[in-house]
Amino acid sequence: MATPASKIKFREPQIEMAHGAGGKASRRLVEGLFAPLLFGTSQGPLGDAAHIQINGTRMAMTTDSFVVNPLRFPGGSIGELAINGTVNDLAVSGARAEAIVVSYVLEAGLPTDVLEAEVRAMADAADRAGVTIAGGDTKVVEHGKADGMYITTTGIGRLLSGAEISPQSVRPGDQVLLSGPIGDHGITILLARGELDLEADLRSDTRPVFPLIQALVREAGAGVRWMRDPTRGGVATSLNELARDCGLGIVLFEEKVPVHDSVRGACEILGLDPLHIANEGQFLAVISCELAETALEVLHAIPGGEEAVIIGQVREQPASMVSVTTLYGGNRLVDMLVGDPLPRIC
Amino acid sequence: MKFVDEFRAPELIAKAGEEIRRLADANRHYRIMEVCGGHTHAIYRFGLKDLLPANVELIHGPGCPVCVLPMGRIDDGLSLAAEPNFIFAAFGDMMRVPGTHGSPLEYKARGMDFRIVYSPADALKLARSNPQKHVMFFAIGFETTAPSTALTLMRAKAEGLCNFSVFCNHVTIIPAIRAILDSPDMRLDGFVGPGHVSTVIGCRPYAWISGDEGKPVVVSGFEPLDILQSIVMLLRQLRRGEAHVENQYKRVVPWEGNRAALRAMGEVFELRPYFEWRGLGFISQSALKIRASYAQWDAEQRFTVPGVRVTDPKAAQCGEVLKGVLKPAQCKLFGRECTPEQPVGALMVSSEGSCAAYYNYEHRKPVTIASAAAI
Repeated sequence: MATPASKIKFREPQIEMAHGAGGKASRRLVEGLFAPLLFGTSQGPLGDAAHIQINGTRMAMTTDSFVVNPLRFPGGSIGELAINGTVNDLAVSGARAEAIVVSYVLEAGLPTDVLEAEVRAMADAADRAGVTIAGGDTKVVEHGKADGMYITTTGIGRLLSGAEISPQSVRPGDQVLLSGPIGDHGITILLARGELDLEADLRSDTRPVFPLIQALVREAGAGVRWMRDPTRGGVATSLNELARDCGLGIVLFEEKVPVHDSVRGACEILGLDPLHIANEGQFLAVISCELAETALEVLHAIPGGEEAVIIGQVREQPASMVSVTTLYGGNRLVDMLVGDPLPRIC
Repeated sequence: MKFVDEFRAPELIAKAGEEIRRLADANRHYRIMEVCGGHTHAIYRFGLKDLLPANVELIHGPGCPVCVLPMGRIDDGLSLAAEPNFIFAAFGDMMRVPGTHGSPLEYKARGMDFRIVYSPADALKLARSNPQKHVMFFAIGFETTAPSTALTLMRAKAEGLCNFSVFCNHVTIIPAIRAILDSPDMRLDGFVGPGHVSTVIGCRPYAWISGDEGKPVVVSGFEPLDILQSIVMLLRQLRRGEAHVENQYKRVVPWEGNRAALRAMGEVFELRPYFEWRGLGFISQSALKIRASYAQWDAEQRFTVPGVRVTDPKAAQCGEVLKGVLKPAQCKLFGRECTPEQPVGALMVSSEGSCAAYYNYEHRKPVTIASAAAI
């Protein structure tokens, strides 16, 4: 199937780091090059997982590569991320992860005990998430060609009954729910790299969010319109994608967005916005107004869901944008992340 | 969070907003310049403009060090990065600023060694831990960051660290304010004075602005309450027909400045006879160069740089925006050819640049579009 060249909108001469940062540049690459060539379209929302039907059973399928540096950090490691990330991508698509296959790209010279620790971390994480690791593949590249190891996980899951999740079902008046404090993972990684002379008592929030989502869909399924795990690019990027896909405005209330003090402090010092910082153990959901309270009650009753809050609502305006109402009643727009978050000087 | 939340308390902010509305004479239009990019950023980030009456207008000043750096200097710095065994270290702000052949981030993607540092001392650390490589710190900033560059150079000299140098682009704030006041198309009523710069230079250097030019200056902190309180202080002076230098940011800024920091700057730097500013052109005695006694650590003296002048794209109106003559959205390229992702001018690059702040937080707001049309 030949794709006319005119459909390929991606005209940038080379790949930059920003194309992998999860923000606008990533979106341009996916919509401008991958989608027209691979799916024959650049239209339609791009979710966390693809929905497929096998013999009438509705399944979700997703894949994700993990290239984190350093490999281990407070609160987690690349192996744990590789399982939780894929389990979570399926979970926010409304699916229970059933099986995962793994690909390793290992760098020659990687100490065996480092590899073993990560494989153990994966086995433990899979066990916790109740998912089977069904197979895998290993490649080794020359020393210096990879940061120790890269892991790709591909997962398949069964859609929960009662989960009808799509940006098109979002309506003005719906509430925006966040499962807990944001920014822990991104700031932990930034500090763990040791390039900035900052220390904080912080841990990555990596965890499977499926138990929370399962309960949410069971008790308030009819009201769950959309979900997303705000990883790279943070809450701001996920909500901007939603706003664009549904054509409505998302209004956040700044004082409602939970952020740990150490994350706030680091963001203040580095000039970053917590709304742009990556998370690995939280999810966003849009819930119909009538069921929002129920959704909160359900989550609050489950371990790990105690800090869930409503952080905003869907309105007609500002159409296709995300706006934050500040503590003082002023407001500002919040865009997708552009490139990687870079610390500023003064 | 201590020393932050106190200055963001909604009830105090609301009170300051009321006081501003009370003090502002309804028959008068106030044009107040916030000099510092940090102020510009905070004003947009916290939505402070929404709290001001329509006749109190904030004009964004030249105090964003990334924004005022001409492209020729960036090209000069980047020309060295291709040298073998070379590490180019810079603040995060610099990484997306476009040179003629790309930004530092793009150079990095092509395989050159660029590192983001948070302090020049971190660049020195890189030099110590990479003895086989040369580490060049691309220094930018006003008097806020110049002392830390000076101290780093003093340490490099004391340690005899030969694989380290500084490409110095430090500038000074006073000549820039003078250039703006000398600009014939500019009419201002007062200044929200720079906070961090003043921790170093103190408040005295602004005396001529109130004395000779008759414009009040209030040196201000960066939290929402600081900025609103500074506007209150300016409006009080204007109401009384007075013009003084006042210090709102007393918890950080000593009136006399920081003598130790000034001494370090004096030890390492001297004034350049002139320096090119993006948008403002050449301004005499407005920038710092490394003294001959530190020549070994001065990248410009140690290496050969092309020393090219690159004119800004003709259509870009960075100069007018930088001087406060045009609002960001009035520039022909704003939001079309020039966006934070693909910036043409530097005001769009740094989050403190007024164009980036305006683009990110403001310009697409339906209300703003309506009021911009009314200008």
